[in-house]
Amino acid sequence: MVKLEEATKIYRMGKVDILALRGVSLTIEQGEMVAIIGASGSGKSTLMNIIGFLDKLTSGRHIFEGTDVSQFSDNRLAELRNTKIGFVFQDFNLLRRATAVANVELPLVYAGGLRKRQRALEALERVGLAARANHKPTELSGGEQQRVAIARALVNNPSLVLADEPTGNLDSVSSGEIISLFRKLNQDGITVVMVTHEMEIAEQAKRIIRIRDGQIVSDERVGVAAKSV
Amino acid sequence: MKFIEFFRIAVQSLLANKLRSALTMLGMIIGVSAVIILMSVGAGLQNMVTSTFQELGSNLLFIQPANPDAPGLASMSPGYATASLTMANAEAIANLRTVDGAVPVNENFVRIVAGSEDFLAVIHGSNSGYQQLYGFRMEAGQFISEVNVARRDMVIVLGSKVAEKLFDNDDPIGKQVKIRDKRFTVIGVMEPRGVSFFGFSWDDLVVTPITTFQARLFSQKTPSGEDAVQGVTAQIDSDWSLDEARLEIETVLRKYHRISAGDKDDFSVMSPEQLLGTFQTITMALTVFLGLIGSVSLLVGGIGIMNIMLVSVTERTREIGLRKAIGAKRRDILVQFLLEAAMLSLSGGAIGLIGAWLVTQGISRLDLGGFTLSAVVSPLIVIVAVLVSVFIGLASGIYPAVRAARLNPIDALHYG
Repeated sequence: MVKLEEATKIYRMGKVDILALRGVSLTIEQGEMVAIIGASGSGKSTLMNIIGFLDKLTSGRHIFEGTDVSQFSDNRLAELRNTKIGFVFQDFNLLRRATAVANVELPLVYAGGLRKRQRALEALERVGLAARANHKPTELSGGEQQRVAIARALVNNPSLVLADEPTGNLDSVSSGEIISLFRKLNQDGITVVMVTHEMEIAEQAKRIIRIRDGQIVSDERVGVAAKSV
Repeated sequence: MKFIEFFRIAVQSLLANKLRSALTMLGMIIGVSAVIILMSVGAGLQNMVTSTFQELGSNLLFIQPANPDAPGLASMSPGYATASLTMANAEAIANLRTVDGAVPVNENFVRIVAGSEDFLAVIHGSNSGYQQLYGFRMEAGQFISEVNVARRDMVIVLGSKVAEKLFDNDDPIGKQVKIRDKRFTVIGVMEPRGVSFFGFSWDDLVVTPITTFQARLFSQKTPSGEDAVQGVTAQIDSDWSLDEARLEIETVLRKYHRISAGDKDDFSVMSPEQLLGTFQTITMALTVFLGLIGSVSLLVGGIGIMNIMLVSVTERTREIGLRKAIGAKRRDILVQFLLEAAMLSLSGGAIGLIGAWLVTQGISRLDLGGFTLSAVVSPLIVIVAVLVSVFIGLASGIYPAVRAARLNPIDALHYG
């Protein structure tokens, strides 16, 4: 589903070039649950941004569902983000003034289409928060806020859910709930890619990719998934 | 569909910062109302000028001395023009076949004293034809006669307000008044006629024989030593057109004044329409000038909106990043912020419009010394105000909106 070939990303910071990705090649198949792990500055966020169409490669190829998207325009990438990707962020990024259901609806605003409220409520149901639909983020706990964010990621029926340190701001109980939620979604057939620096979280995935200095240093199947292979 | 959503988003974000939105709108409210009030006062002035001239009638021509070398209106101002008209000229004009009647009119301000009362009036020196030509009716006594003019009699006809002020309920006919320490006998009082031009009231007028005016009150000579006439008002015979009459008047005056072919006239012949045109130019210029003053406050209002929109974009950088991450295109962000700016501006404009309407209602009710100025908020002014508010909103919103639309979603998401 996602295929990177010799993916290279160079940032220009003032007069210095920073090599964030040095020729990464990677394939993620439909239905996988992948953890990308690495220290800060390792390039894991850059990799995540590339996979999520938030950033473009400097060189190399990026193939998504069989299409080379390396040269796509900003507008086409925005459409891909809207229809194919669901983002989950470390600090939730909910609109404070809007209710939970309005937050979940947000991607549908840009997608157009009917029954927005209905679909948003269904997504909230999926994360077990239907009862909190009309609460504002400030009235919800951290774990609940992240579940709203996950509902927002699901509302457009994406091919791929990308989570950037999804438990970074949560206590251990909430973290556990969020990870089980991701596992449940993955069992329902949704491809999940999450970036983390916590090994305990990464171990909940079926596959762990370690990245350091812009290169993949290991790529292994783990846990239940590894045993079943 | 999307647009309705954006509209909702804009309303929500404006309501989220009520005080800030209100203060920003205040700039627009003041700007729009200032422009509308000043423009409608200007329009009111123009209406007043127009109706005044319509009241005068369209079959009149005004002949005045003019300086052939001075430009435009300056040519007729007393400082520039040499007194060139005489009683003989007025008579010659009156005798033309295209002219029904013509009267000489000399004008000044005088203080009229009767006992302990006094009154500042406009005095006209003219002849017996004046009454009919200007359409005055007598309330008591009689108007000045040919005999009065021939004998330079010290007689005077009073406007109704002058008579009322000086003599209260007494009958003024036969009474004495003093002007510049000279005694005049009141021989008539004219019927009330009301206010005309810029507060000038026909009822504040007094009329005396022009010969008396010249000899006893205000003496003015032409360069050749004859008594000067300040102006001649001619009524055109209905069988002839204004232009035919004008041509005949010009021909006869050029002959009297010995102006050779090719030289310019030392007088001007103006129709009410022309005078109207001249005054309209003045009031139009005034309207534009007032409008410009108001526009400065509009400009300041626009800058206020731009300022607050820039703040808003900065504050909401993360929100913009999120919106972009979940699929908003540049255009979506641009439209969202433009719409917000336009709404600020338009609602400010709408409130300003209502405020301006209330103020103009108030102005129209003010008594400005016997006359009122009807300041009218015309549909045109309303349309212009709305368009201008939207334009200012868009113009001041475009830069902040472009900045928002250009934000890189990755940087924006990690802002702050």
